[in-house]
Amino acid sequence: MGHPLKRKEDRRLLTGLGKFVDDIKLPGMAYAAILRSPYAHARILGIDVSKAERLEGVVCTLVGEEVAKLTDPFLQISSPPANKLKDYCLAVGKVHFAGEPVAAVVAETRSTAEDALELIDAEYEAVDHVLDAKEALKPGAPVIHEEVGSNVVFRGKWDYGDINAAMKQADKVVKKTLHFHRFSSTPIENNAVLAQYDKATGFLNVYSNNQMPMFCIPWVSFALKFPSNRIRMVTGDVGGGFGTKIISYPYIVLISLLAMKSGRPVKWIETRTEHLSAANHGNERAFEVEIPVKNDGTILGLKVKAWDDCGAYTRYEPAGATIWAQVTPGCYRFKNFQMEFLQVMTSKCPVGPNRGYSRMQHLWMIERSVDIVARELGLDPTEVRLKNFIRPEEMPYVTPSGGVYDGGNYPESLSRVLKLIDYWRWRKEQVEERKKGRLIGIGISTILDSGTNNFGQVKITNPENPFSGNSEGARISIDGLGGIQVALGTSPQGQGHETFASQVVADEFGVSPDQVTVLMGFDSAVNPYSHQSGAYASRCAVMGTGALLGAAKKVKEKAAKIAAHVLKADPESIEFKEGHAVDRDSGRKIPLWQIGNIAWVNNVLLPEGMEPGLVAIHFWRPDFGLPDEKWRLNQTLTYSYQSHAAVIEMDPETGKFKILKYAIVDDCGKQINPMIVEGQVHGAAAHGIGAAMYENFEYDEDGQLKSSTLVDYLVPTALEVPDLVTESMETPSLFAPKGIKGVGEGGGTPISAIANAVEDALTPYGVEISDSHQNPQRIYELIVKKRKKM
Amino acid sequence: MKLAKLTQKDDLVQIRCKVNGDAYTGTVEPRTLLVYFLRDVLNLTGTHVGCDTGHCGACTVIMDGKTVKSCMVLAVQAEGASILTVEGLAKGENLHPIQEAFWENHGLQCGYCTPGMLMSSLFLLQRNPNPTDEEIRRGIDGNLCRCTGYVNIVKSVKAAAKKMRGVEVTA
Repeated sequence: MGHPLKRKEDRRLLTGLGKFVDDIKLPGMAYAAILRSPYAHARILGIDVSKAERLEGVVCTLVGEEVAKLTDPFLQISSPPANKLKDYCLAVGKVHFAGEPVAAVVAETRSTAEDALELIDAEYEAVDHVLDAKEALKPGAPVIHEEVGSNVVFRGKWDYGDINAAMKQADKVVKKTLHFHRFSSTPIENNAVLAQYDKATGFLNVYSNNQMPMFCIPWVSFALKFPSNRIRMVTGDVGGGFGTKIISYPYIVLISLLAMKSGRPVKWIETRTEHLSAANHGNERAFEVEIPVKNDGTILGLKVKAWDDCGAYTRYEPAGATIWAQVTPGCYRFKNFQMEFLQVMTSKCPVGPNRGYSRMQHLWMIERSVDIVARELGLDPTEVRLKNFIRPEEMPYVTPSGGVYDGGNYPESLSRVLKLIDYWRWRKEQVEERKKGRLIGIGISTILDSGTNNFGQVKITNPENPFSGNSEGARISIDGLGGIQVALGTSPQGQGHETFASQVVADEFGVSPDQVTVLMGFDSAVNPYSHQSGAYASRCAVMGTGALLGAAKKVKEKAAKIAAHVLKADPESIEFKEGHAVDRDSGRKIPLWQIGNIAWVNNVLLPEGMEPGLVAIHFWRPDFGLPDEKWRLNQTLTYSYQSHAAVIEMDPETGKFKILKYAIVDDCGKQINPMIVEGQVHGAAAHGIGAAMYENFEYDEDGQLKSSTLVDYLVPTALEVPDLVTESMETPSLFAPKGIKGVGEGGGTPISAIANAVEDALTPYGVEISDSHQNPQRIYELIVKKRKKM
Repeated sequence: MKLAKLTQKDDLVQIRCKVNGDAYTGTVEPRTLLVYFLRDVLNLTGTHVGCDTGHCGACTVIMDGKTVKSCMVLAVQAEGASILTVEGLAKGENLHPIQEAFWENHGLQCGYCTPGMLMSSLFLLQRNPNPTDEEIRRGIDGNLCRCTGYVNIVKSVKAAAKKMRGVEVTA
């Protein structure tokens, strides 16, 4: 542990031997294509598939009416009445957003399936749609799901301390309206499902790139009315996920239905346009913020109203309506907090988890607010942060909403990033350059990167939800030849689980990581799992390590007993070193293979009464609770944190700017593999930079997505992402195994660092930045407006 | 009555080309894209599809010495061509220096963009054996990566350039 070991996964990925869903070919496999709604909101008058069915090479078709007969609507986790929402894998009766699947075709080839879509006659009657959360709340607004009665999914109020007293005590109350835009991490591999119904065994075999394959079992099983113990979920290499591949269960159900109907294995590979327009967007959120402050920069509290736009369906929502409360006060000490949170449906693509899920919106709002406070009080933004940070000696720190921060030093993190970027030199330079007409902006942000979630958080939105805590499984075996094999429930998408698990297990047995084999991907028929298994919420290093250490302990205890029996030693004095069990007292030793041999094939030599075999499965869970009556709850186990600093140069004639320097200080506790950690920090930063500067899902007034290809949806290239200067701190977690904290999401830090830098650059114009997307056109318009007033 | 398929059987065309030094013959519909010819007909699944509009670069291969996005090339255009895909980089168990450099410098995470990224890097280094960071970034700007933020990819290409020039590298 602690070494930047080269990744075990890489050889196959570098040589073109990766195993992605689209690389799998099953005998007799056919291909599916999906017809989608061109309307944002419309009644389906009729779908005629007869012509498509007559096309040579078409195997079968499927429409919503048939889906409604064959399946049940997906489970809903909202409380009534929002849980009345009916969601099927194909639209039934009505379409609710442009891009919603309405019919599907299975054909011998991909191209024939796509040809057949053009032969389907679908007739619609458009009805009014609504694209804005606040508009969707107005009386008379189009109701997206009539069965719910309104567009409201969740309405809740968090209230801690005494916000009214804080307002009275304040020298000033800063008020702002802010907006966090829609974007998505858009992995390079789109969603993919290959389903096979095996009539002989009655098994449904699903190969997909879903990030939580076993979590979606209830959704798949209940919808298909198919027994859960005959659904086999398999994932292999996954081409990035970032949260977006969590809610692909409608496609798993659709393709499974098609496989059952056609009697063929059916493969479906999402196109990029399908992915951008209909897979999963990040939550869009509007805020009204009031911040009571003292003139010295002390923040007394935060009063917020939030409108969260979750699009046309609640596929993982309203989880996002509470997940922000993992990090209620950000890194700050204020105790008075009030949040009125409304989650609302609109005629847009459904939202779902996306790297920094729900916290990045909240943290962006806080980090933007802190800078606004600094500007309004004439203080340096670093000064306001240092004044209000939770102090290292206050750890573990309990937040107003019951979060328990597991250690960290926020002031040091900030001061390190300031040094890394040479903050004070830039501040001087900024003044000098302004005189010459150059606009330099410096933006800072320190955020929390919470990891390993407590599913108990969804009981806040609906106490009936049958989820709480978190758990993960691992299996370790030592075979009859001494080979160590490991299987985990985590289903990675590029995070290097084969590598980190090898490192953890190698340390336990005193062998080198290349002597440990970790199974690639996930197969529910092979790997141990809990229904909370998967790669999400920056949980795998922590949860995986917890499960691995538990399994290793069990295997070691048994191996020690066998070794002690052979060596006539005390099991307590057996240690594992260099592939041997060593008796500490006598120095005598036996190799692991000999222990494995006795356990599996030479079992007469076992200690009396001992069960043969040398394998253990362990399920690990952190010590989590349930929300109290005020919704106080420790919602995650670990709280990594990052400080970012960006220096930009703005061109006021175009609103365009470029990043001159970018620095990050990360602290995710003890690191298993520093190389992988740094890679995660880079990746999360690039997502935030992309989101802040380029990526945006905007709809036109007809509800059509304006960025449905990579021509319009601007994923940054190597020319847009600057070099990232990084540094690490290692403050061990007070609660997680080995002091590890989760890493990966990065909390969307660049989105606030860059917004803060843009506003800072535009100080001479007095422009205020209230949106998370720094679109040059909007910036230019803000400059022009201010110029007119000047 | 069955509707006739848009492509009739006698419209199928035969393609002969060299891939990774081996001669192949395959039969495809005229509209088949090169990437699907490689993946579905020749079973060379290392070349990936990420967008089918020519923007992500995951499908990049080298055709007659130049990088092409194989989702933007019809298979019939490859008639008689010589193509290099990711599967052709290593010589047996020995990885190409670019593959080694990506491995040593953590130039990949999920690995989905990697094959295309390797091909663009190779094309760049063949023309420019000692590129600056800026030239590397320009050289790979047709290839999107969502995992690495490109930082370690740039580092990998730089290390690969050194290896290919025969300079000793310490990882």
